[in-house]
Amino acid sequence: MAEFIAYLIAGIATGAIYALAAIGFTLVWQTSQTINFAQGEFVMLPAVLILLAVKLFGLPLWAGGLIGIAVFLLVFGAGFKLVVVDPMIKHGVLPLAIATMALSIIMKEGAKDGFSAEAQSFPSLVPTDMINILGAAISLQHVAIIVVAFAAIGLLQWFVGGTRLGRQMQATAQNPTVARILGIPVERMVLLTFLLNAALAVVASLLISPIYLAKFSNGETIGLFAFIAAIVGGFNQIRGALVGGLLIGVADSLAAAYVSTQYRMAVPLILLVAIILIKPEGLMGRKEERRV
Amino acid sequence: MSAPALESTAAATRSAARRIDGALITLLIGAAILWFAPTGMGRYGTYVLSLWLVMSIGVMGLNLTLGYAGQSSLAQAGFMGLGAYTTAILTTKWGVSWYAAFGLSGLLTFFVGILLGFPALRVRTHYLAFVTLAFSTLVWLLLRNEQWLTGGAFGIPNIDRPQFFGIKLFGALEFHRFVVAVTLVLSLVLWWLVRSPWGRAFTALRENPVRAASLGVDTRAYTLLAFAIGSAYGGFSGSLFAPLVEFIDPSPFTLSQSLFLLLMVVAGGSGYFFGPFVGALLGVVLPEWLRFAGSLYLIIFATIVLALLIICPQGVSGLIERCWAALGRRFGRKAGGTP
Amino acid sequence: MKSLWVLAAALGATLSLPAQAQDKIKLVDVIELSGAGAAAGTNWKNGAELAVADINAKGGILGKQVELVHYDTQTNPGNTRAAVQRGVDEGAYAILGPIFSGPIGASMQVSQRAEIVQIVGGEAAGFTRQGNPYIFRTSISQAAAMPKIAKYMKDTLKAGSIAVVWVNNDFGKGGRDTILPELEKAGIKVAVDVSTEQGQADFTADAIKVKNANADAVFVYLNEEESARFLRAAKQQGITKPMIGETTLLGAKVLELAGDAANGARGHVGLSTDAPIPALQEFGKRYREKYGFSSDHNGVKGYMAVFMVKWATEKQKKLDAKGLATTLHGATIKASEEPGILMDTVIEQNGDLDRESFLAEVVNGKQVINTTLPRVKP
Repeated sequence: MAEFIAYLIAGIATGAIYALAAIGFTLVWQTSQTINFAQGEFVMLPAVLILLAVKLFGLPLWAGGLIGIAVFLLVFGAGFKLVVVDPMIKHGVLPLAIATMALSIIMKEGAKDGFSAEAQSFPSLVPTDMINILGAAISLQHVAIIVVAFAAIGLLQWFVGGTRLGRQMQATAQNPTVARILGIPVERMVLLTFLLNAALAVVASLLISPIYLAKFSNGETIGLFAFIAAIVGGFNQIRGALVGGLLIGVADSLAAAYVSTQYRMAVPLILLVAIILIKPEGLMGRKEERRV
Repeated sequence: MSAPALESTAAATRSAARRIDGALITLLIGAAILWFAPTGMGRYGTYVLSLWLVMSIGVMGLNLTLGYAGQSSLAQAGFMGLGAYTTAILTTKWGVSWYAAFGLSGLLTFFVGILLGFPALRVRTHYLAFVTLAFSTLVWLLLRNEQWLTGGAFGIPNIDRPQFFGIKLFGALEFHRFVVAVTLVLSLVLWWLVRSPWGRAFTALRENPVRAASLGVDTRAYTLLAFAIGSAYGGFSGSLFAPLVEFIDPSPFTLSQSLFLLLMVVAGGSGYFFGPFVGALLGVVLPEWLRFAGSLYLIIFATIVLALLIICPQGVSGLIERCWAALGRRFGRKAGGTP
Repeated sequence: MKSLWVLAAALGATLSLPAQAQDKIKLVDVIELSGAGAAAGTNWKNGAELAVADINAKGGILGKQVELVHYDTQTNPGNTRAAVQRGVDEGAYAILGPIFSGPIGASMQVSQRAEIVQIVGGEAAGFTRQGNPYIFRTSISQAAAMPKIAKYMKDTLKAGSIAVVWVNNDFGKGGRDTILPELEKAGIKVAVDVSTEQGQADFTADAIKVKNANADAVFVYLNEEESARFLRAAKQQGITKPMIGETTLLGAKVLELAGDAANGARGHVGLSTDAPIPALQEFGKRYREKYGFSSDHNGVKGYMAVFMVKWATEKQKKLDAKGLATTLHGATIKASEEPGILMDTVIEQNGDLDRESFLAEVVNGKQVINTTLPRVKP
């Protein structure tokens, strides 16, 4: 039993990481009905940019951090929206999704050539001490990730449902034409969503990189698992990311423990297929009316 | 109002028919050029041309699924893997002739496509993408883990190239010509398929699924068939890939390769008959050509693709069509003198 | 459609390559610069670059300057084959790389057909057993290294049971398949056999599994970054059993990334810039100065590969690409004759290498070499 709890807690800790990365999928989906295949790279890059700023200008970490974060928000929040999303959004989902694939190659290769092909350690914002929960060891870093994932999703839910700005954003997401008639500044709302997405990626990057190290190829795994988590949880609900992330994390951990380490990756995927066959919109998702 | 509309529809049909005949002629001329192209190119150039054609076959299949039936498959590289491993295992371990292995690869991937597509399409069309996402990773895991059959991470070496009526096709040029012939045959089949009543049903499906359904087209059956045939083309492509490289391991058949094939379809122009050839040209030949740029070549490649999609989301074929139409309008204006 | 052909012709034309002038010796480095092997490949590339710079600064080989070009394999067999074919068509004198056995397997027939030597960085046992006379290694193979580790576990550690953690790619699987029979011969039980993924980020579940197996020692056979992540996870789960590994567990990169979690790790090291050999340490220093980070064993391999070509060419006293293979087979390259080889190296008839290796331990974040092991066939 103690063993099971250890695996469970490890799974929840990993799942929170996937959840944090998966929020971005749901945000982008809600505003632009598209899939950002560069989401994993969005989580990889801020840490690399920070280390790069520190290395290039010889700055202390906090200053490099500010520069790295500012550059990232500018380029991959506002710039991403203006340069990639805006011209393409009216041409349907697929070309935009493919464009984000090309973007992910640019980000990956850029991080590799501009910074390093090797993993680099990244300083932790929280203490790295271990604590014991029900006999299972868990690091404070992981606890922080779990707390931040819950808090971020709670805050976003409250923001979208409980504030004027959030409701305007929601209206924009659901029907831009009507929103525009109602006098909502649609453009600004969409921009806000993409900035929010980039900011969340920064938070995820700062929390994940100390554990997973900063490396150009890290986005691949994180992106894939976050994507699966978003599908399982439901693409059109922010809290779906949390449910999906935790479920996938736990499934992965238990699969490694009790199924087969060689096939551990199969278990979350089989879970994915089973869930979407029973509930196609995901566990938390609501049905969408599809316009023809 | 209705008469000119009818007329323009008829004109569109006529021009479509012309365009398709143009497609046939281009295919034949293209094959002839590619037959002789490698002279003076060296083995490297020949190999890259062959690789381009082999990938084109896989992309063609995906184009049928995506461009004609409107379904995203994230497992085309997985199907290529199934085909490549089927061929490699049958020819190296059991001494089956390549032709039989080629046919079996196509059959296997066709039926796997049916099995996979049936439940997915029953739920909602959108979710085939997610089922194939899971499938492509599962195939990769099987290829890597079942070492007794697939050679696991070490792959299968020394895959023989086929013979053609006793002529050994071991040399780069001979095998290239063989690839040209097979590609031509497969393209002709697809050309015929797209023109046939079936194919028109596919097109109707893409243009307006609701209308197609109301006209009595069994949407689900046609979509399923398009996906299965598209997957079989993936299998055919893999079946040629194995003897071309003479070695396979699981790495060319990952999920990210499937996504890359999808990128080729869209960048080439999804739904255009020649889109896959352009797309594979971009995906296979362009990076090779950019090698002169040194370590930045992949960034340059991806930037070109990104810029292309931003400028013209319909891909290269769409861009060409747009230019063509613009030219046509200008000429039309000059000739007719009316705006 | 017309434009398609124009495009095709334009791209096609650039694929035909001009013949090379003979005033330079052209080495083509076909190496993993993107994809899963990028970190290893970058080290190798830098090592080879450093070697060529050194040689050219001293007047080249037989008075000719050396030209080195790098072609990325994307860690993909199909692309590797294209790249090696390109090198051959461009008139390469020898092919250097790649490192991963998939890309090696896909490209070695090409260099064999062209009768050009290919000096690779792979450690998996298989490819030197296929009778290809043009393939050469730059490090001892797993078949040579694993018996040394098993012996160490049995004689020095006196371990009765071992947990085996390996990365499920050609490198890790090759090592695991080689050590299991050795462990059985030594009478050591395998308590748990944990496969992990290449590029895996989270090792908590694996560490818990290893911990629960309660073996006398843990054999860790992962690539450098994954080794570091595993060591950290193992420390977090409170595993106190000795961590035994190979070059990839004790490398400088692992120590940098894992911090104090690496302390106490020990095992067998084939090539290390910390080895008690001045030439290796000197190489490590110059590499660090030039590239800003420490070289792993792949950097050393890339450096040695170029010097294998140089030594053989000077030995045969002519630029004979085909003769290179014959000259290298069965050769003993002494560091006293060719300092660039860094360590005395014996090349066996099948292209395998035999040379000294080391037993090392990590103490206070530093790799300390305890014992120098002699060659297998002294």
